[in-house]
Amino acid sequence: MAKPPRLLIRTFARYTERTAFERPLTSGVAYAVRVLHSEREQFEKQQGWTIKRMDTLEQNPVHKDDYNPDLLEPSPIQEEYAPVIFAQDIVSHVVSLDMLSGQEDSKNVLCARKSGKGVLTAPFRLLKTNRLGVILTFAVYKRDLPLNATPTERIQATDGYLGGVFDIESLVEKLLQQLASKQTILVNVLDTTNQSYPISMYGSNASNDGLEHVSLLNFGDPFRKHEMRCRFKQKPPWPWLGITTSIGILVIALLVGHIFHATVNRLAKVEDDCHKMMELKKQAEAADVAKSQFLATVSHEIRTPMNGVLGMLHMLMDTDLDVTQLDYVRTAQASGKALVALINEVLDQAKIKSGKLELEEVQFDLRAILDDVLSLFSGKSQDKGVEVVQLAVYISDQVPQMLIGDPGRFRQIIINLMGNSIKFTEKGHILVTVHLVEEVIDSIEVETESSSENTLSGFPVADRRQSWKGFRTFSQEGSINPFSHSISLIVSVEDTGEGIPLEAQSRVFTPFMQVDPSISRTHGGTGIGLSISKCLVNLMKGEIGFVSIPKIGSTFTFTAVFTSGSSSSKKYKSQQINKMSNSVSSEFYGMRALVMDPRPVRAKVSKYQIRRLGIHVEVVSQWKQGLSSIRRGSNAINMVIIEQEVWDKYLNNSTLFFDTLEKIDYGTPPKVFLLSNSISSSGANISTGVCNMTVIPKPWRASMLAAALQRTMGVGNKGNPCNGQLPSLSLRNLLLGRKILIVDDNNVNLKVAAGALKKYGADVVSATRGIEAIELLTPPHQFDACFMDIQMPEMDGFEATRRIRDMEHNINNRIHHGELSVEAYNNVSNWHVSILAMTADVIQATHEECLRCGMDGYVSKPFEAEQLYREVSRFFQ
Amino acid sequence: MDLVQLQRQLVDYRTSLYHEGFLDEQFTQLQSLQDENNPDFVVEVVSLFFEDSERLLNELSKALEQQVIDFKRMDAQVHQLKGSSSSIGAHRVQKLCIVFRNYCEAQNVEGCLKCLQQVKHEYGIIKTKLESMFQLEQQILNAGGSIPV
Repeated sequence: MAKPPRLLIRTFARYTERTAFERPLTSGVAYAVRVLHSEREQFEKQQGWTIKRMDTLEQNPVHKDDYNPDLLEPSPIQEEYAPVIFAQDIVSHVVSLDMLSGQEDSKNVLCARKSGKGVLTAPFRLLKTNRLGVILTFAVYKRDLPLNATPTERIQATDGYLGGVFDIESLVEKLLQQLASKQTILVNVLDTTNQSYPISMYGSNASNDGLEHVSLLNFGDPFRKHEMRCRFKQKPPWPWLGITTSIGILVIALLVGHIFHATVNRLAKVEDDCHKMMELKKQAEAADVAKSQFLATVSHEIRTPMNGVLGMLHMLMDTDLDVTQLDYVRTAQASGKALVALINEVLDQAKIKSGKLELEEVQFDLRAILDDVLSLFSGKSQDKGVEVVQLAVYISDQVPQMLIGDPGRFRQIIINLMGNSIKFTEKGHILVTVHLVEEVIDSIEVETESSSENTLSGFPVADRRQSWKGFRTFSQEGSINPFSHSISLIVSVEDTGEGIPLEAQSRVFTPFMQVDPSISRTHGGTGIGLSISKCLVNLMKGEIGFVSIPKIGSTFTFTAVFTSGSSSSKKYKSQQINKMSNSVSSEFYGMRALVMDPRPVRAKVSKYQIRRLGIHVEVVSQWKQGLSSIRRGSNAINMVIIEQEVWDKYLNNSTLFFDTLEKIDYGTPPKVFLLSNSISSSGANISTGVCNMTVIPKPWRASMLAAALQRTMGVGNKGNPCNGQLPSLSLRNLLLGRKILIVDDNNVNLKVAAGALKKYGADVVSATRGIEAIELLTPPHQFDACFMDIQMPEMDGFEATRRIRDMEHNINNRIHHGELSVEAYNNVSNWHVSILAMTADVIQATHEECLRCGMDGYVSKPFEAEQLYREVSRFFQ
Repeated sequence: MDLVQLQRQLVDYRTSLYHEGFLDEQFTQLQSLQDENNPDFVVEVVSLFFEDSERLLNELSKALEQQVIDFKRMDAQVHQLKGSSSSIGAHRVQKLCIVFRNYCEAQNVEGCLKCLQQVKHEYGIIKTKLESMFQLEQQILNAGGSIPV
């Protein structure tokens, strides 16, 4: 084999260099020639260098900078050599190295020439670069060999060896550069020919965290196995969105949980509190019941001795006392009565509070009640002081004569309001007006006296329209149903008293709250009245309000709903209709009266009262006008009624007036009446000495007027004294001729009660057993009332009453259905005898039981005139 | 005896009855019910009271002697006695009856016996007192005088 010419070496180098792009993965190509030992000497001479050994180099790798091929040892004597003769420039340092002297290389070379295929070395440190690499070796044969040539044939035909060096690191880097994701992917290339000791060919020995992809590499050598392991360089990033979301959800869940927990806790607490409250409520109710019982008991215990005290005082007053003593007694009696009234009020309050107060539904005459109240207060208004407080009542004509409701409670409200007015009014007037609510709503012409001096007494008053400003009734006018029988009344009590201080006005209806603690010292009272009144008004489906101007006066107004009694009056026994007004009015019916009064409001009140007697009224404001009216004589005037004010101012010293009267030449001259503001002045007979002038003391009451008229005009004189003075007298009026049944098992009681009622003129029948009472009270009968003992053997008063009511109900029904003729029952179609319980027991429960079983009321035993009057007056008006 | 003296004696006697609590205001009421239409009212009522009370006291004594005592019945009887005594104003008897009823309710034989004795005693006194008062009144009337109020 000849030494290759220099040119050839150069050409190889250049060629390989130029074609390097075709073998992108090789770092260099070299060609080694087969040299037998016999040919070595000649070959070395030809080449000009000795064949160098490379195993020492392998054992002592040198730094590439120190690499110097001349320092390498010559190859020891071998059978044959494989020195590199051609090399690409990059690997030119391998020229002259004997491939067979290297451990890996010799294996490769021998293997390659035997198999005739390319053979890869195990990775090793490349010379000079010291980088890991593999060498792919192909054998070059001198002639074409058949595919099935034997290894021996192949060895003999071998001419040389072509080797390509693969720098694995750069190889992989190049590959990865192509993948362009070197930053994110870590690649390890391993030679895994020996499974248990894989040789790392590329990549750092980072810890294996399992997340890697393993792929087998085939570099064309079937004897070696390579693997590529890929994994992400960075750990997978935290899933922040997921984390934040879940944290958020967790927080929300916690919050919701907390809220839920708190709610549950709260619920439990509230429930617990509720239980406690219920418990407390029960206790409070029990305490309330106990309190009511206590009050009832105590009131009984107080009332009984108080009756004794009052009775004794009454007796004492009848004895011979000097003025001072009489005063003491009167004071003591007044105090006693106040105490009893207080007890009754407290009982009322307790009853209202426990909701046990029920209103009655009976027919009554509103006008009679107001007359009654007026007479009750007339005495008080006289006592007040120097100046006289005028009391007056005005009831609109629109208000029906008979109403159905609870007269007792209505009276209580009026008494309370008037009582307050009386207490705080020193001068001027107290005026009660009653209208239908519709009237007040409809008419704008409602008296505008508030601004002017045009009031009853001439003193300014608080505008009553202000007092009902807040009423719901007025805001929803549509609520008044014109087709129903219900009658809505509006009642005002107007006074010219000292008024309520502004700061106290808000607590007027609060129980036990007086304007000022000193009030109770100067005026007495408990401050409970108005709150009771408010409750009662509410029970009557009404409202109460007031307006008050300090130093001017107060006006309290309330509404109340009643049923019209007129439509159903026939159903009630005639005895309940006010006999007095009926009989009296007929006596004077059609007469004419002339009222002289310059004050419209006062004249209106007078007119109302006189008209109740069926008398036509003409009002003149000027006395001269009145005289001309009398003179004209076109309508015969039966009476002239002169207001005291007019008399005092104009007529007192004038004879003109009486002259005029005397000169009248037709019929009988009119009678003259003077309306006096106080009873006292009536005693001081009018100084004119005119015989035919009568003084009518105010306040106006139809009965009073009627009595005066009867006396003066000699009409239907029944010898009835003017009533309302003493209970015993009026009791006599009420009871005279009444047929009354008394039922009591106790003979002594029976006799005493009968004696008492007989004294007042009643026609008394006695019975000792309940069963007798039932027999006697089986309709038709003539009894007007029945006084029934409660505690009786065999059948008590409750049971007897119940049976009587059942019986009456039964008979009424049968009359109603025509099964029984009304004629057979005295023409009474609605039997209801008034039954009053007689009891020594004033406990509320007893009273309630009385009402429940159908009784109309009760009187305490033994009889007491005033109480008897109170109860009886409710039935015999 | 002098009429005026008699009248004064009556007034004093009556006053003492009130003072010592034998009578109360109800007796006055009773007297006020007596008038010309009913001149013997008080005597009639009081006689009725005596009759009634004696019957009741007898019955009560008998009832307490029984082996089995009917307290309910006794209670009703004492109630009767209480009612009539209060009606005529026999104050002390009435008060005792209240106590008596409590013992009846409690079925206390001892208490009932004691009370019965007391009631009998008080009844005896008031009966005597009233009778002597009526006698005085009768004397006054016989002497042609009027009963002072």
